[in-house]
Amino acid sequence: MLGILNGRVYDPINGVNGEVKDLWIEDGRVVAPSDVDRGGAQTIDATDLVVMPGGVDVHSHFAGAKVNSGRKFRPEDHRGHVRARGSTPDGSDTRWRGGRMGMTRSGVGYTTPTTHLTGYLYAEMGYTTVMEAASAPLVARHTHEEFDDVPILDKGAYITMGNNHFIMRCIRDGEREKARDYVAWLLDATKGYAIKVVNPGGVENWKWGQNVARLDDEVIGFGVTPRQILTTLSWINDDLGLPHVPHLHSLNLGQAGNVPSTIEVIEALDGRRAHICHLQFFSYGGEPGKMPRSGAVEIAQAVNAHPLLTVDVGQVIFGEATTMTSDGPLQYRLHQLTGNKWLNDDVEGETGGGLVPVLYKRSNAFNAVQWLTGMELFLLIEDPWRVFLTTDHPNAGPFFYYPRVIKLLMDRDYRAEALAGISARVRRGALLPELDREYSLYEIAIITRAGTARVLGLKNKGHLGVGADADVTIYAPLEDKEEMFAHPRYVLKDGEVVVKDGRLVSERPGRTFYVSPPHDPGIEADIRAHFETCYSMSFDNYPVQPEYLPHGDVVACAGGGH
Amino acid sequence: MSTSVSKCFTLITGRTPEQGKGLHVGKDSDVYREATAAVMMGEGDMAHLGVKEGQIVRVRTAAGQVEVPVRAESLPEGLLFMPMGPMANVLIGTGTEGTGMPHFKGLEAEVEAA
Amino acid sequence: MTRTQESNVFENVVCSFCGCLCDDLAVEVDGGRITRVRRACANGRGLFTHYDPSPRRPRVNGREVDWDEAVAEAARILSASDSPLIYGLSSTATEAQRKAVELADRLGAMIDTTSSVCHGPTGLAMQAVGEPTCTLGEVRNRADLLVFWGCNPAVSHIRHFSRYSVTPKGMLTPNGRRDRTLVVVDVRPTGSTKMADLFLQVKPGSDFEVLTALRALVGGKELDAEAVGGVPLSQLRDLAERMKTCRFGVAFMGMGLTQTGGRDLNVSELFTLVAELNAHTRFTVIPMRGHGNVAGADQVVTWQSGYPFAVSYSRGYPRYGPGEFSAVDVLARGEADAALIVASDPVAHFPKAAAQQLERIPVIALDPMPSLTTEVAQVVFPTACYGVDAAGTAYRMDGVPIRLRPVLPSVRPTDEKVLGDISALVQPGMVM
Repeated sequence: MLGILNGRVYDPINGVNGEVKDLWIEDGRVVAPSDVDRGGAQTIDATDLVVMPGGVDVHSHFAGAKVNSGRKFRPEDHRGHVRARGSTPDGSDTRWRGGRMGMTRSGVGYTTPTTHLTGYLYAEMGYTTVMEAASAPLVARHTHEEFDDVPILDKGAYITMGNNHFIMRCIRDGEREKARDYVAWLLDATKGYAIKVVNPGGVENWKWGQNVARLDDEVIGFGVTPRQILTTLSWINDDLGLPHVPHLHSLNLGQAGNVPSTIEVIEALDGRRAHICHLQFFSYGGEPGKMPRSGAVEIAQAVNAHPLLTVDVGQVIFGEATTMTSDGPLQYRLHQLTGNKWLNDDVEGETGGGLVPVLYKRSNAFNAVQWLTGMELFLLIEDPWRVFLTTDHPNAGPFFYYPRVIKLLMDRDYRAEALAGISARVRRGALLPELDREYSLYEIAIITRAGTARVLGLKNKGHLGVGADADVTIYAPLEDKEEMFAHPRYVLKDGEVVVKDGRLVSERPGRTFYVSPPHDPGIEADIRAHFETCYSMSFDNYPVQPEYLPHGDVVACAGGGH
Repeated sequence: MSTSVSKCFTLITGRTPEQGKGLHVGKDSDVYREATAAVMMGEGDMAHLGVKEGQIVRVRTAAGQVEVPVRAESLPEGLLFMPMGPMANVLIGTGTEGTGMPHFKGLEAEVEAA
Repeated sequence: MTRTQESNVFENVVCSFCGCLCDDLAVEVDGGRITRVRRACANGRGLFTHYDPSPRRPRVNGREVDWDEAVAEAARILSASDSPLIYGLSSTATEAQRKAVELADRLGAMIDTTSSVCHGPTGLAMQAVGEPTCTLGEVRNRADLLVFWGCNPAVSHIRHFSRYSVTPKGMLTPNGRRDRTLVVVDVRPTGSTKMADLFLQVKPGSDFEVLTALRALVGGKELDAEAVGGVPLSQLRDLAERMKTCRFGVAFMGMGLTQTGGRDLNVSELFTLVAELNAHTRFTVIPMRGHGNVAGADQVVTWQSGYPFAVSYSRGYPRYGPGEFSAVDVLARGEADAALIVASDPVAHFPKAAAQQLERIPVIALDPMPSLTTEVAQVVFPTACYGVDAAGTAYRMDGVPIRLRPVLPSVRPTDEKVLGDISALVQPGMVM
């Protein structure tokens, strides 16, 4: 029994806004005060401290094939960003894989930290749940192997499906129920959490050296359109009752003048629940092929008008970044634009992608527009329950800069200072100086944990009501919000203190959330036949075996099935 | 005994089916030993050196020398092939030019009848 | 992997001998012994049929001992060592590789994999210029032009042509072999060049020049030469044109580039050529990863240490040093005072002067089979063989991970178990 006493609690899901209250924890869960025997209880004195649920990151590339390619191909990223092995203060930790480790692992990396270091850095920042933004199904096993080496955090993987041959064939043949059964099978086979859609149809077209630009363009060899892929997967998501919504990386990422295509996508999703990730990259006005300007006003307007839509911003952080997406043609384009080294990986029958290192500079007009656009989106989208804080790690910047973004949102003077440092040309005529909104602690709690947990359908995350997982972050109420959020006083995971005064004090494995919606077993014969014609691997060896999820946690789907 | 002719070759080492088979049977087996203790060159080079199929030749590089039987194979003039293994490794130096990779292919080797 | 009910026939068995990681084998087991292997090449068959699954005990200084005693001795050697080297890891599963890196972290050891004598230079090239690649199924489905450069799949990856690249029928290649043009580039005729539509014979040591010439031709430049690297200009022009106009080209590369003079520079030149071809068509490259699960070792060492091979933990955190912390260099310079060799045979495969060092320092070896390294090692652990009598994960040459399942019952501990036990006992020295 542990009591966190007298803290100022921010728990937006339960409507708690800075109220001074006690929080009681037992067996890793929040319990009702009436159930508490204060006799033997340990306590943390949280007087004057800010108490929030642990952070929940809705979009981050931190584990799996693409990320590891990023680590391997950027040794220059790692040098000088090192952490030596250490020991937990009591010298032993019997919970880490049941062994007697007594040692925290060393690690390296800035934009692409190694697995153990990733877990430690997120935890030290007060985040306790992180969702891996994109896993190709064929290599999902790799994601789970890396998950097992990322300590502390609870996790889940989004499975890329927007360029999947089986699905596209079903769409072509007008067989959406079959596509639905396939998706259900695939989510279970990959032990994935959600449907991820990246540049639907565009990644397939890249295998012909092409792309898509609008929703009604044709996907080569399939005769389907991005619009059809999107609406079918959206229908499937609803029909299966998946806990999250379709998670969409839209068309024309990073291109000047992509506002109309983003609006087209938002309108195509009218009346449907969906999430557009790293929206900033899809929000540029101006002429295609020329210098963009911020399109935040138009895009925010569209987001505000579509109440079923959620977004995360993907805020640019000046400095090094590593772009890594499943968007094959985009990554080639970045290679051509920057001349930087380029990794590409086309994945049979499923998806593709690539990586290119980039450097965001304040003096670079394009980068300045990108930075500005993200900031404006945060300030123009009205409902904090629908706009979330990310840096699309590591595409727009490393995740450990979230506290800096928080400060930019909460402190308009700091924001003005930051604005003064960017390209003068872009500053002139920018809207941002006129936006003096400041996020409150309550709103920050929403965009970093309550709102994200809610859209993910993780019922025991992102809040501190009775029954919630006892993932709690306790902050000192500092004037400097970046410092405050970068170095929490305490971080608890499942009721255990893992970070104290900014230092890791304990290590434990995290859970992997996945879904297993029912499917018509008859689909398997079709899938098996598909494997024989399309894949280089046996159908029987494809599904991720239970051994890869030693801490798997299946989240129920609400679908009626069939 | 007549003076033997010697010739400079470019030596490459690599896999062969017999060496692969030897891996399975065991590195202490005759199969493995025979598969990895031999050099191959083109017939023209064999004639030039005055050696016959199966004759023992001395192969010398900057790192060391071995004496092994020679076999004819379809190889361009001046190219010497040796199956990878402990014998070939006598001829390979430890220099990696900062890459970690020894110079397994492309060494200068001198060959003469033993 | 499925097992039919009436007989002991295991289907969809995965072979872990080479980077092909074929997962369609059928293995028959009778009376505890493997009696038949179907759909395997000679190497795959050899892996299964020559395996000795009998219970064997570890040895310390030639004497058979219990597992606990051997573990204690191994831990003692490593704890007493100032500069231990952990090497190998290719023919073992990722579960064991993870333990090995953890042990290196704990000890402050150097850790290197067989990549350093195989595709290490490929990794260096990828780090320098990137790598446009794809999975093997894309080759089957789309590739109409294949260029094998400096590799001989007919010997090293025997089912590659038939299972993955040259003959299979796919989405855009319904006629299989007839829908593809096979180009093989090598310094000599081989079993692979015999199957080629086009064989470019290059002078040894001139791959870099030939690749540069191709880049120039692909880039529309004229060359003032009759031949480059022994290849007539007309052949090079023809190849450049084919590469630019194919639908989906795939290059495969091997030791012919990584082990010759230019090493990683050769590979960088090929990777750059492939990247530049994407301005004209789609083109990718797949390194022909060799030995067993060396691709898995790359992945594991990278996700845990940030670097794929040649890593030192001596300062308490990982540092990368090909040429500095790579095994051949470390042994040649006498910089390791103990070695833990896992699932590989450096005494057989290293240049002699480096191999000999393994007879001068204490060596601990984990291997399912006796080898030249186990012969000289002070402590020998005859462990189980992943994919034969132990389960684990391996990565294919294109990065696809597959689970290896046992076809025989387990009687010997796995590398993972032994490494974990050693790790639990070592008393690491002070971090500086």
